[in-house]
Amino acid sequence: MPEIRVTPLGAGQDVGRSCILVSIAGKNVMLDCGMHMGFSDDRRFPDFSYITRSGRLTDFLDCVIISHFHLDHCGALPYFSEMVGYDGPIYMTQPTQAICPILLEDYRKIAVDKKGEANFFTSQMIKDCMKKVVAVHLHQTVQVDDELEIKAYYAGHVLGAAMFQIKVGSESVVYTGDYNMTPDRHLGAAWIDKCRPSLLITESTYATTIRDSKRCRERDFLKKVHETVERGGKVLIPVFALGRAQELCILLETFWERMDLKAPIYFSTGLTEKANHYYKLFIPWTNQKIRKTFVQRNMFEFKHIKAFDRAFADSPGPMVVFATPGMLHAGQSLQIFRKWAGNEKNMVIMPGYCVQGTVGHKILSGQRKLEMEGRQVLEVKMQVEYMSFSAHADAKGIMQLVGQAEPENVLLVHGEAKKMEFLKQKIEQEFRVNCYMPANGETVTLPTSPSIPVGISLGLLKREMAQGLLPDAKKPRLLHGTLIMKDSNFRLVSSEQALKELGLAEHQLRFTCRVHLHDTRKEQEMAMRVYNHLKSVLKDHCVQHLPDGSVTVESILVQAAAHSEDPGTKVLLVSWTYQDEELGSYLTSLLKKGLPQAS
Amino acid sequence: MLYCLSGHPTLPCNVLKFKSTTIMLDCGLDMTSTLNFLPLPLVQSPRLSNLPGWSLKDGNAFLDKELKECSGHVFVDSVPEFCLPETELIDLSTVDVILISNYHCMMALPYITEHTGFTGTVYATEPTVQIGRLLMEELVNFIERVPKAQSASLWKNKDIQRLLPSPLKDAVEVSTWRRCYTMQEVNSALSKIQLVGYSQKIELFGAVQVTPLSSGYALGSSNWIIQSHYEKVSYVSGSSLLTTHPQPMDQASLKNSDVLILTGLTQIPTANPDSMVGEFCSNLALTVRNGGNVLVPCYPSGVIYDLLECLYQYIDSAGLSSIPFYFISPVANSSLEFSQIFAEWLCHNKQTKVYLPEPPFPHAELIQTNKLKHYPSIHGDFSNDFRQPCVVFTGHPSLRFGDVVHFMELWGKSSLNTVIFTEPDFSYLEALAPYQPLAMKCIYCPIDTRLNFIQVSKLLKEVQPLHVVCPEQYTQPPPAQSHRMDLMVDCQPPAMSYRRAEVLALPFKRRYEKIEIMPELADSLVPMEIKPGISLATVSAVLHTKDNKHVLQKRKRASDDIPDCKVLKPLLSGSIPVDQFVQTLEKHGFSDIKVEDTAKGHIVLLQEAETLIQIEEDSTHIICDDDEVLRVRLRDLVLKFLQKF
Repeated sequence: MPEIRVTPLGAGQDVGRSCILVSIAGKNVMLDCGMHMGFSDDRRFPDFSYITRSGRLTDFLDCVIISHFHLDHCGALPYFSEMVGYDGPIYMTQPTQAICPILLEDYRKIAVDKKGEANFFTSQMIKDCMKKVVAVHLHQTVQVDDELEIKAYYAGHVLGAAMFQIKVGSESVVYTGDYNMTPDRHLGAAWIDKCRPSLLITESTYATTIRDSKRCRERDFLKKVHETVERGGKVLIPVFALGRAQELCILLETFWERMDLKAPIYFSTGLTEKANHYYKLFIPWTNQKIRKTFVQRNMFEFKHIKAFDRAFADSPGPMVVFATPGMLHAGQSLQIFRKWAGNEKNMVIMPGYCVQGTVGHKILSGQRKLEMEGRQVLEVKMQVEYMSFSAHADAKGIMQLVGQAEPENVLLVHGEAKKMEFLKQKIEQEFRVNCYMPANGETVTLPTSPSIPVGISLGLLKREMAQGLLPDAKKPRLLHGTLIMKDSNFRLVSSEQALKELGLAEHQLRFTCRVHLHDTRKEQEMAMRVYNHLKSVLKDHCVQHLPDGSVTVESILVQAAAHSEDPGTKVLLVSWTYQDEELGSYLTSLLKKGLPQAS
Repeated sequence: MLYCLSGHPTLPCNVLKFKSTTIMLDCGLDMTSTLNFLPLPLVQSPRLSNLPGWSLKDGNAFLDKELKECSGHVFVDSVPEFCLPETELIDLSTVDVILISNYHCMMALPYITEHTGFTGTVYATEPTVQIGRLLMEELVNFIERVPKAQSASLWKNKDIQRLLPSPLKDAVEVSTWRRCYTMQEVNSALSKIQLVGYSQKIELFGAVQVTPLSSGYALGSSNWIIQSHYEKVSYVSGSSLLTTHPQPMDQASLKNSDVLILTGLTQIPTANPDSMVGEFCSNLALTVRNGGNVLVPCYPSGVIYDLLECLYQYIDSAGLSSIPFYFISPVANSSLEFSQIFAEWLCHNKQTKVYLPEPPFPHAELIQTNKLKHYPSIHGDFSNDFRQPCVVFTGHPSLRFGDVVHFMELWGKSSLNTVIFTEPDFSYLEALAPYQPLAMKCIYCPIDTRLNFIQVSKLLKEVQPLHVVCPEQYTQPPPAQSHRMDLMVDCQPPAMSYRRAEVLALPFKRRYEKIEIMPELADSLVPMEIKPGISLATVSAVLHTKDNKHVLQKRKRASDDIPDCKVLKPLLSGSIPVDQFVQTLEKHGFSDIKVEDTAKGHIVLLQEAETLIQIEEDSTHIICDDDEVLRVRLRDLVLKFLQKF
């Protein structure tokens, strides 16, 4: 029995180090290859030994697909390809291919230069890894090999984020990566057609949340920033260099312009300029409004937002600073946070999800005394605000996507177990499909029953269509033929053609049954009665009375003969071929019941 | 069937009926008709506004409002008109989809989608749509900003046209000539387009799959594959094997076609684009060094990107860095901006630039350094910035409308200036006709990167289509070079040719159709190995046909009273070895068996049951009483020795 097997190596009932193994019709595909921001030991990368204990990665995997450039989806890629060793193709969209190596380099620098980690991947490894990447365009069907094909759909979420359909024959899996079902200030909404996959693997970050209107959240955000700046406080917004940052910059930029505010806005890394360049070159990946107006006004050229210098952190007076990384787990955002945390006038706004173990997660869960490196304790007096700007689909959005794609099964990843449980029930109730939520290392096996495509000879198909009793082509009809299987070539042809092609002769099997009837009349009269009787019973059939006295029903022959011994008995000889077996058998039993008396 | 609606080989419009789907392949607009009209000057031109009316030889001057004499030729004095594709050959409201191959081949779209009852979908790539929109916008703008009340129609009367001088006398299809569409019609037409990507498989009504492939000619330009499971039509339109800015042509996917429709070859088969570019640069430099101006009539997108790139590399070495380059078009800015955001549609070299990130085309730098300036028209900022000598890129290449008309009037009288023709769509002599006599130098450097006949031959050998269909112009040498047998499509079997308003029956030899065997049925099949590597299984199942898809399902027992004679039993094959058969009978409890030899085989007698079985090489005949149980037992024993088909 064919089956689809799914094993999360990461992101199983968890957010972080997304990495899902899928086996479909004998093909093995790895979906994402992320790192976990909550760990700095072995657990930060997926456990590839799950594969390597039985062989090399390149031998096992047919391809790797990266959904988007966030590190929890691609952060382990150089480790995976260069240190564990994988030489097969890695597929991602062009924006992901452009931005991914920059974020990897950033990540590497923080890990090695700041934290002093040894045995980490090098810059050269990032370069070598990226050489294995093949760019995929939206909706393009990429033939990985003769049987395996993949296709990318727009996912929103971040620039270049894609959902992927993986297809072999009539079986398919859709992996959503991270997606967003509502358009935002710079990206459009995720979209997929009714592709009816055997399995939909969806993220479930916001499995239980129904977010209020985006406008309200934006107003709320602007109000908080404005109030803090008005009272002379500093606002820290930890972000990732690309993605949410651009959306919030557009938001603040227009607000500053409208309110004519003077407080400076800074963006922390040197990446800004470059990041905005990417956005400009990849305009077709942004939302419709930006695409329409980009010739007149490039939304990613900011007037009010300037580059940040670390000395600015100590300047007096209000300011707003966007600093990386987004979860306060390292780097500049953490440095600024340490400086400003002690002052209650200041505010930190966390605009996205924080994984467990990060400073971001700690302060969001209410912790106000933080143990930092070197046993220092940092007391947090500044205001801590959480605003969900993360471009993930909420529960409503996830349900919407399931409805769009109409999968036969659903599997949840990239979320917390408790919340998944809730969503799983909802999906099973509403869509009447099975929903799974495997933990890391746990395998879900789905039996599939693919239909088999074969070539039917046009002659056979047309013959069957012509023979249909009703001209209505939509009515199901019976078809008889022979399936010839030669290598992987399957053809359905008429039996005659099959015999001919194989050079075989037909063997005719014929039956002749003697039906004895008591009747004294002449044979000719007898035949006439048989004819009348059959004619009245078999209205749908062609019944004929031939000049030689015999009667035919279709190709079945009935003859009346005298009994050799008993003149009071006549013998009806019913003769048919094996192909007419059912009708022949029926006629015999019908005639055996005798003929009706002439009226 | 193929309905050929356009006779212009590079501006095709064909309708393909394929498996109950009606597909229009391109809708090109033949604009050479505008050459018969007077230019539309942007600025009041004393010369063009005081032309004498034309009168017949007998002095009859009833046409003098419509026809004017200018430079020794007769021109129509009216809003210019374009030659539309045939609209009567086939009911265009029945067209299901329109496939667009490149932005030059969609200029008739508004006429088709807005005025024929068309209700289908148009498929095109994003750059095709965006740049196509710019071309249409420019065209509408050029025509609308010089309002001309007059529309001439008298001269089109067949009896009158006969009397006119050439080339008006020989103008064809004048009854189909129409004025330009409006922006509103353009927007409405473009809203019917669905965007597609290269190698995207698009299902049409379950029966047909269409796929655009990169054709290497322009940004987003595509060839199309139209196929069912067992038939494949390749539509090749405007393809190039030269490495300019677009993504290279995908040739491999064209293989195994039953029919290949070939259009859009180079219009200048004898010119080498590379040497033309070289000539362009050297003539430009020469003129400017002598203090003259250079006028380049062009479209706002396409070859101009390559020319700017050449100049970018050339101007410093040629000492032209202080010469201003002007690009004047209502869509100049948009065209330059759009060119930079279509990375995925560009050649590899340009694609890699976005990873840096840098703009793919160097004209960004020309603009930044103020060497290249762009303006929506000659009015406004341009008049303040205008410095001579200079180089001006502007439209329209027909020289009948657009800002180019102004520069022709302005610069035509000085022999210091040069006009360089690079676009191959219009005969430059005809384009120049209303401006004669000219002192200005005229250089003809047509740059047409589309396939030439050598490349076509190579391509056809490579992809080996069973049949080639092409416009009749490609099946004979060009009329002006009738001895050049190399300037025609050469293939075996010879290409089928078409001309405007013809209908061709395409030669398909289809023998198979796809059908899906449902899993339940598949499980119940019993394959039997007949020869090494070949297995057979008899299938008796229910055929469902829905949305052009065929499915075979397992049969549920029919409970009809009268069995359906259409229920066919399989055919049988094999032979029955008498000895073994008799043994089997005995094993199953038959006794008193007698075997007699006959001429062709044997007769097995079951005396007790009064039954006789004739066995021959290719047949078996069971003759018995009406004992159904016995008959079925015997039948099944016989079947054991035979194979079913």
